[in-house]
Amino acid sequence: MVEIRDLNFAYDKRPVLEGINMTIPKGSLIAIMGLSGCGKTTLLRHIGGSLKPTRGYVKVGGQVIHELNQDGLYVMRRKMGMLFQFGALFTDMSVYDNVAFQMREHTDLPEEIIHDLVLMKLHAVGLRGTYSLMPSELSGGMSRRVALARTVALDPMLIMYDEPFAGLDPISLSVVGDLIRRLNDALGATSIVVTHDVQESLKIVDHVYFMADGVIVAEGTPDEIRASDKDYVHQFVHGEMDGPVPFHYPGRDYRQDLNLQV
Amino acid sequence: MPATNTIRIIGHRAINAVWRIGLASRFFFLTLLYSGSSFRRFRLIIRELFSTGVLSLIIIIVAGLFVGMVLGLQGYETLKRYGSESALGSMVALSLVRELGPVVAALLFASRAGSAMTAEIGLMKATEQISAMEMMAVNPIARIVAPRFWAGVISMPLLAAMFSAAGIFGGYFVGVVQIGVDEGSFWSQMQAAVDFREDILNGVIKSFAFGTVVTVIALFEGYDAPPTAEGVSGATTRTVVTSSLAILMLDFVLTAIMFRGN
Repeated sequence: MVEIRDLNFAYDKRPVLEGINMTIPKGSLIAIMGLSGCGKTTLLRHIGGSLKPTRGYVKVGGQVIHELNQDGLYVMRRKMGMLFQFGALFTDMSVYDNVAFQMREHTDLPEEIIHDLVLMKLHAVGLRGTYSLMPSELSGGMSRRVALARTVALDPMLIMYDEPFAGLDPISLSVVGDLIRRLNDALGATSIVVTHDVQESLKIVDHVYFMADGVIVAEGTPDEIRASDKDYVHQFVHGEMDGPVPFHYPGRDYRQDLNLQV
Repeated sequence: MPATNTIRIIGHRAINAVWRIGLASRFFFLTLLYSGSSFRRFRLIIRELFSTGVLSLIIIIVAGLFVGMVLGLQGYETLKRYGSESALGSMVALSLVRELGPVVAALLFASRAGSAMTAEIGLMKATEQISAMEMMAVNPIARIVAPRFWAGVISMPLLAAMFSAAGIFGGYFVGVVQIGVDEGSFWSQMQAAVDFREDILNGVIKSFAFGTVVTVIALFEGYDAPPTAEGVSGATTRTVVTSSLAILMLDFVLTAIMFRGN
């Protein structure tokens, strides 16, 4: 479904992605993990066609994304869904209108059918009763679930999640994780989850990629990742304070900063 | 080398300013290009007409009323010296229709509706609503920007007309009702002095031009705002400052073209 080969990207001259290779089979659910600023979201934006690589390519459904013109990209995006970090619900629209948005924009379905579809999507995320509420009336977890219903409104073949667990309480976190897995399987879609949340994502995904400084440093199934003896993976999975990712930001000598004589 | 640095900073700012003018022009062109869908779904424009036009009405009418009342007082005091109190109606009407109506209404429009547009779009960008729309294969310029642009362009001349009407009523109230200028003279002098093409139509053209400029600045600043609290706040300030200066400069240019030799 998604094939990434030798993907390189730089902002000005600062490299963000270097030689990324991935193959994501149809129907799978994969996680991309790594520290903030390691290039995970940038990679997701390449898959969605928001950024163009400096070298290499991303293929989705056999089509090279950066070679598509705007119309072609929009056709491709109709087959994709993306859940943003904090939901990105349209704040001037009700929950119902948010979920109906893509159906109204991209289909000629009559309003009665849109009504039924919207309620079915909201029912799938357990929030049918919120259809008349505004986004400001929802909790963080509910917003994320409504956004999830909106993401899958047109039954996309590829679903991308950008930090779907950020800022959620344990119950909402577990619910969202469970929904991601169930929706992926129910729709026969392929899903990519960019996340920091190791424990929750290892419960639901088929394969994990670890990124650091723009390169993939490790990959494997959740069991392989849990058992990994690679320093970086070990530190990340176990949340250790010091390791390949140092606790201290590089700076001058401590004694020099405190004006101490040796 | 402070002198070199100063030159470098000035050069950098000049290049930046030219760059932004180019971006704003491109943005304006794209807005016009994607306006077709707004007119096909006119309800989007009507919704924006409500928030930019109708919600600005109170401030416009109240301001117009007071400006007209001040004009009535000041005009009477000045005209009395020349024994021309009866010309008060024409003075109030010409001042309002030619200058104060379009200019002050546009300044108020920039402060009230322009800043709101910038803040709204800037916040939509900061909360990833615009990115979400793009990922749903919906062009944000067509869906968000174009309806607001046309709502601004349509509502500005109407608001300026309301401002002038309220101002004339304010002038009438002070001049005729309070001071005692002859009512017949007030209205007949006004009717004789105000020319439809020279005064009213030129005023409408001015307010149309101001509406276009203010709305483009407001929308561009919002769309171009850095997605942070400081970014949105800075963009909102820039909208009011840039729009106000643009209105006053454009007013001089248009006045010089329209009323040259009259």
